Amino acid sequence: MSRPANQVLGSRLAAGSPPPASSAPQRGRRRVRARRGRYGYVFALPFLACFALLFVLPLGYALYRSLFKTQLVGGTVFAGLANYTQALTDGQFLAGVSRVALFFVMQVPLMLVLALVAALAIDSGLLRLARLTRLGIFIPYAVPGVVAALMWGYLYGPDFGPAAQLAAKLHVTAPDFLGRTLMLPSIANIVTWEFTGYNMIVLYAALRTVPRELYEAAAVDGAGPWRIAWRIKVPALRPALLLTLMFSVIGSFQLFTEPDLLQSVAPTVIGPSYTPNLYAYSLAFTSQEPDYAAAVSFLLGLVTVIISYAVLYGASRRSRR
Amino acid sequence: MTVLRRRSNLLTVAMLVFLLYSFFPLFWLFISSTKTTGDLFSTFGLWFGHRFALISNIRLALTYSHGEYLRWLLNTLIYSVTSAVGAACLATFSGYGFAKYTFAGRNALLAAVLGTIMVPVTALAIPTYFLFSKVGLVDTPWAVILPSLVSPFGFFLMWVYARDAVNDSIMDAARIDGAGEMAIFFRVSLRSLAPGFVTVVLFTLVATWNNYFLPLIMLSDSKYFPITVGLSVWESETAGGGGSNSALTSMVVTGAMLSVIPLIVAFIFLQRYWQSGLSAGAVKE
Repeated sequence: MSRPANQVLGSRLAAGSPPPASSAPQRGRRRVRARRGRYGYVFALPFLACFALLFVLPLGYALYRSLFKTQLVGGTVFAGLANYTQALTDGQFLAGVSRVALFFVMQVPLMLVLALVAALAIDSGLLRLARLTRLGIFIPYAVPGVVAALMWGYLYGPDFGPAAQLAAKLHVTAPDFLGRTLMLPSIANIVTWEFTGYNMIVLYAALRTVPRELYEAAAVDGAGPWRIAWRIKVPALRPALLLTLMFSVIGSFQLFTEPDLLQSVAPTVIGPSYTPNLYAYSLAFTSQEPDYAAAVSFLLGLVTVIISYAVLYGASRRSRR
Repeated sequence: MTVLRRRSNLLTVAMLVFLLYSFFPLFWLFISSTKTTGDLFSTFGLWFGHRFALISNIRLALTYSHGEYLRWLLNTLIYSVTSAVGAACLATFSGYGFAKYTFAGRNALLAAVLGTIMVPVTALAIPTYFLFSKVGLVDTPWAVILPSLVSPFGFFLMWVYARDAVNDSIMDAARIDGAGEMAIFFRVSLRSLAPGFVTVVLFTLVATWNNYFLPLIMLSDSKYFPITVGLSVWESETAGGGGSNSALTSMVVTGAMLSVIPLIVAFIFLQRYWQSGLSAGAVKE
């Protein structure tokens, strides 16, 4: 371990004393480090090149493209921010954004609380069959969103869904899971089913890194398992919880697969602008408005980033208080 | 109380309910894949029908339309393995460089990459499509593989992982022994990076395997479809839309059932890797 040297340097910096005049071997070491630094570029380059080509370039292109408009007469002309002002007053876009915002508020807290409870339960040592539980809850993450939506679509459906069959036996009407009012909760259930296990694994992995001695010390002080979970484990999970929250912001605001699949079973409920991503897709490929689609994509990405930061900022402010 | 209870029944039951919730749709899927379309509509969903038609359903799914299902499955395998290994190599190689070397502009570049973790990949898909259509990459396998190679989160994970898992003094010892920086990476550091590498492979693999939006946009020739897009086409052919082909519903259900088996098996065998690598990313802020 090279700790001691670092600690010496650290304490010297902390004390504010000037470093000793550089001696010959040190100058040599600096030259070595500079030469070694060149290898830093060699290592960094492959990812950075791909990042520039496949991430920054499309982003820049979306921004560029969104500043133009293509008309039947006159071709493509510079339009400034016209696409953006159009989007911000576009009822379909705004309705989609508020729908996914509602989805976020409704689904994400439920999913993360479930994931947290499951992770704490598995970590607590109070559970029988803990390994099976961990794997079993994680398994739905292996199921593609397309298959999950297809499966639940059948389960919800009036034709051969178990709920509808049961209701028919009992001579009552089953709730219309794919109707206008229940569609969003139905999608929320699919997403919860798919991703609770993933979030649970992230939280559980973070829990395993908390030093066990902390729990032992708390137990000696008379804290029970519930108290230890609430007072020690949950605070220790903050960074991991923020990570899961951030991914959930993205997942909610970019919702596409599940509503797209359910569209074929409930075409009257899920229109082409049900979520902003569905809208961008139909703008680009159905109504052939690529410039406006680029603006909507860019704006949606921006909204997602802003909300992610707002969530992070809000969380860090609350913890400081 | 004299006996210290080590297990909680309440908690166990609650988690069993959760397990039931996780498994029952898959159970339904399996049961349904054993039924004829007639039984699917007429018998109770959570138990077997009159005839056990699993084998004939599988045969139909695998041979329908010149065996396109198998082709889609193979495409999915190729896309996801190539993307996952490629993305993990890039993330490991460069994450290590950022973690272990000091170079001018490092912190700015790091901030630039990490700042994009929150940029949703789906928001890039449509602009990427327009770019790719200019250079003729649309409707080729590359259109799906290339965008999946760049994972800022994978990079973040490997950067954190390399910082903690690779020992500086071992690197220094190798230097004293005269090893070059590349040799140090491949012969010394890579071993410590392996668990993180596998984690990035796993989550990129799952992300690409399950990806729907990107291939849906990029591909129009059905011979390039991954299984997700293929199943969605089958579904819209049988349900809703035309509804002309509802006789094939049991085939769609069976296709869906078969498609989840490979990843579930992979999960069962590779579960410990999820944890080891993820914990590195999850504890850092």
